[in-house]
Amino acid sequence: MNPFRRSPFVLVATVLVYTFLYAPIIGLVLYSFNASRANVTFEGFIPAFSERVVMDGSLVKSSPCGPFHWYCDLAKNDDVAEAAGNTLTIAVVATIVATVIGTMAAIALQRYDFKLKPFSQLSLYIPIVIPEIVMGIGVLTLFSQLFGWVNESFNLSGDARLSLGMATVTISHIAFMVPFVTLVVQARLQGFDKSFEEAAMDLGANEWTTFRRVTFPMILPGVMSGALLAFTLSLDDFVITFFTNGPGSTTLPIYVYGLLRRIITPQVNALSTVWILVVFTAVLLLQLIQNREQKQHS
Amino acid sequence: MLKRLRENKSTQGTLLALPTTLWLFFLLIIPLILTLVISFGKRSPDGDVIYTFSLNNYTRLFGYSTDCPEGQASCFNPLYVQILWRSLTLAFNTTALVIIMAYPLAYFIARAHPKRRNLFLFMVLIPLWTNFVIRVYAWMMLLRKEGAINVIIGGVANLLNIPFTPLEMLYTPGAVLVGMVYEFLPFMILPIYTSLEKIDTSLYEAAADLGANAIKTFLRVTLPLSMPGVVAGTILVFIPVMGTFIVSDILGGRQVILVGNLIQRQFLDARDPTFGSAASLILMIMTLIVTYFYTRKFGFGEEIVPA
Repeated sequence: MNPFRRSPFVLVATVLVYTFLYAPIIGLVLYSFNASRANVTFEGFIPAFSERVVMDGSLVKSSPCGPFHWYCDLAKNDDVAEAAGNTLTIAVVATIVATVIGTMAAIALQRYDFKLKPFSQLSLYIPIVIPEIVMGIGVLTLFSQLFGWVNESFNLSGDARLSLGMATVTISHIAFMVPFVTLVVQARLQGFDKSFEEAAMDLGANEWTTFRRVTFPMILPGVMSGALLAFTLSLDDFVITFFTNGPGSTTLPIYVYGLLRRIITPQVNALSTVWILVVFTAVLLLQLIQNREQKQHS
Repeated sequence: MLKRLRENKSTQGTLLALPTTLWLFFLLIIPLILTLVISFGKRSPDGDVIYTFSLNNYTRLFGYSTDCPEGQASCFNPLYVQILWRSLTLAFNTTALVIIMAYPLAYFIARAHPKRRNLFLFMVLIPLWTNFVIRVYAWMMLLRKEGAINVIIGGVANLLNIPFTPLEMLYTPGAVLVGMVYEFLPFMILPIYTSLEKIDTSLYEAAADLGANAIKTFLRVTLPLSMPGVVAGTILVFIPVMGTFIVSDILGGRQVILVGNLIQRQFLDARDPTFGSAASLILMIMTLIVTYFYTRKFGFGEEIVPA
């Protein structure tokens, strides 16, 4: 039997599932050009460019940006800019911390024996087997009880009072990202023989040199994919952020959620479209870099 | 001292693992213990927690009520049991539907020409890179009374001269199911693909040589060998579906209330963290029990960690 043979059933199912995956996204992008501010039905594209925005009821007749009216509107929205800044800051800081400590833990778990090992290994599976909301309300309870106690015992007032904000979101993000980094790097380490490191030691390299010249280059692809996974988890996170954010630490997912419960203009669609394009370009670039490196090595 | 550290492998290992272990201890394990302690507490009139030992939150969750008609002291209120049951059945239905949809696609990608596999996988991932909240919003636009689905069906009906009234799809259990399936479908496709791709193609030739037809080959060779992927995918889908509250919040309106919504409301609107904590512990226990029996039967999938 030819393994590349495809049954018509598989082919039809494939087309249907891809349609299911893409229909909502195509709709989302299309509506970002909607002339209707109410955004309930698609009223066609905004037809013309003009010096000022011309409205007819809820319909945009013309705009300085023409069909891209909602994108210009988005660029002027300070809340979006702030939320985007917060999202990136949290993701970058949390990814760096999680990647460093997660990689250290992976090396420890794969190459060393110590008393805490079973406990350390087991704790990595918590975020996988427990629903995110359970962790979300857990850290919320921890922070609110702890901050309440500290604020009261030290009689803190005004700005000195501890409260939820960027720090609590970042700390919580690191907690649920670390296990993914560690497990990915561990999987990579498992594939490599300890004998490479032992050979380096036999040839007179000390531990630091062995790590720098042998272990680290071997696990680097694992560390990179772990970091990338952590970064996307942080960018995409809603639940943990929802329970740990405070004034001034709104992220994009939280901002969009807030909008969905109030008025939704095509600006939300424009934001979504920009988001997809940015992530798509970033991933494409990463792929190209990876492919190039692979070609150089082979 | 440094020299002693250099020679003591056990201390080195402990120190390397310490930051992660401490972080997880303080931010995952301590919060879980705190949740347990608080779930036995009581709510003070201004929404704070009074630490006592009371099982009231749990009895209330399982239907014991003191808010009864006609002078009864206590009665059965099925509200919360219904919410738990609804969440559980929705998670089962979502997982089943996701497996049915993901398997043929994963099979197609695994059987595609090796040069094209990455492109097809990439196409599965693109929708996943839009944000979770945005994906729910996209479905809200499609399912609305004035949304694209009704417009398309209406257009077709118009062509065929069939009378058509727009379907009420948004704010129904079906809308929540579709939203959940959409959100978690890629998490099933990827692990199933990984395990299908590993299968040695010579096994198919062997099966054919031994006289098995396509269906028999699938049932006796392909399906059993791809089970680790299905198991890993099930864990990656079932557990988050049990706890998600945005999908039901936006696509279900006030009609479809799940445990996630119940917990979220206790912490934000109703301000009874003690009851919310009890509900979230029950949620955790439910997922752990299902995962335990499921993995005991089928094994813990290796494909669970994306690498």
